[in-house]
Amino acid sequence: MGDARQIIARRAALEVKDGMMVNLGIGIPSLVPDYLDPSINVFFQAENGILGMGPTPLQNADGNLSNAAGLPVTILPGASYFDSGIAFGMIRRGFIDVSILGALQVCSKGNLANWIVPGKRVPGVGGAMELAYGAKNLIALMTHCEKDGSPKIVKECSLPITTFACVKKIITEMAVFSIHEDGLWLDEIMDGCTLADIEDATGADYKISTSL
Amino acid sequence: MQHHFNKVTDYDTISKLFFDGMTLLFGGFGGVGTPPSIIDCLIDTGVKDVHLIGNDAGFPWIGIGKFISLGRAESLVASHIGSNPMAGDLMNQGKLKVEFSPQGILVERIRSGGVGLNGFLTEIGKGTQLAYDKPLINIGDKTFLYEAPIIGDVAIVYAKKADTFGNLIFDKTARNTNPYVAMASKVTIVEAEEIVEMGELNPEEIIVPGIYVKHIVASKEKGYNWKWKWEMQDK
Repeated sequence: MGDARQIIARRAALEVKDGMMVNLGIGIPSLVPDYLDPSINVFFQAENGILGMGPTPLQNADGNLSNAAGLPVTILPGASYFDSGIAFGMIRRGFIDVSILGALQVCSKGNLANWIVPGKRVPGVGGAMELAYGAKNLIALMTHCEKDGSPKIVKECSLPITTFACVKKIITEMAVFSIHEDGLWLDEIMDGCTLADIEDATGADYKISTSL
Repeated sequence: MQHHFNKVTDYDTISKLFFDGMTLLFGGFGGVGTPPSIIDCLIDTGVKDVHLIGNDAGFPWIGIGKFISLGRAESLVASHIGSNPMAGDLMNQGKLKVEFSPQGILVERIRSGGVGLNGFLTEIGKGTQLAYDKPLINIGDKTFLYEAPIIGDVAIVYAKKADTFGNLIFDKTARNTNPYVAMASKVTIVEAEEIVEMGELNPEEIIVPGIYVKHIVASKEKGYNWKWKWEMQDK
């Protein structure tokens, strides 16, 4: 099946369209630019204060120019720098067309859990609550199941919620789901997977899109 | 040039401004824009029981993370601590109280304090663990969280350039929370990579007016004084 993270990132790249303002979270979302169609132009926003972020520099990284994960980046023509207040102002106000975030769990109502595993990982919420609140389109990326095989797409999140009813689309290495007022819909099945595989690995009820 | 508005001083002088139990606001995002020489000065003073407020816990060897790792912070209000495992360990051992805040909301709380307002209402975080015991305010048929303003005892800020009055400009993504942190404390100390005379900065380009700044020190070395994670991996 190949590397699940790369499969997810490659599919997520298709959601990024020419002319969009895009914010990518850390983890799998940070791999998305590698798979973008080179003919499209977008502005990548980094919530630490860049609109118009470019690729990783090949050398001579500037210590005062990084993305929100603290990794060195470059800027493209038309870019701007701004403070954290402005960065989140444009996020909350709805100027980001698509926000692609990593997730730990998503429920069939679109609740997102991605900031804490109580007693284990406590990274903190960062900017996720505001990205989930403000972005016009929120896409959650995650491997379909935990390492122990338990599903991450669930009826109710068991992990603490980041933001309620915010996720519009879920992309995993097995499938693509969309979330609507009437619940979860299976839209696509990834190569090498069957409907039965997805049925076994998904912890919530879903309807099957007529396109399948 | 000595004049009434000259705020340039030395590290001995600013080291006396830190005290046990103080609330310290720090600029920076993942260490970028956290004043490196002031952090070293803060560590050397031996202050403890400090209440820290800032974007994140830095890295164990970068930014505020260097101070947190010594176990001398009593509490931390931040949006995440994921880049500093020491902070997570201290929290799990009950040695560091951590309050998480959505990143932009934390900035606005600092801004609210810095501009003399009394906090604000938001839907962000409502119904989640991060609502803590924040008051809920009903207006019409909507319910909002009330977010209180933040004011620090001391703020530490990193600027690219300062003039002697404390007008500031910043460098790329090292700006981040610094302009708001600079406004929101009783005493604001700026570390500037370069200090120039008044009149040398273009007034159109000044990001923080000097009225907010109390003391200015020059960086002890150019740029930052740490190795990035990827630099250590590469070499």
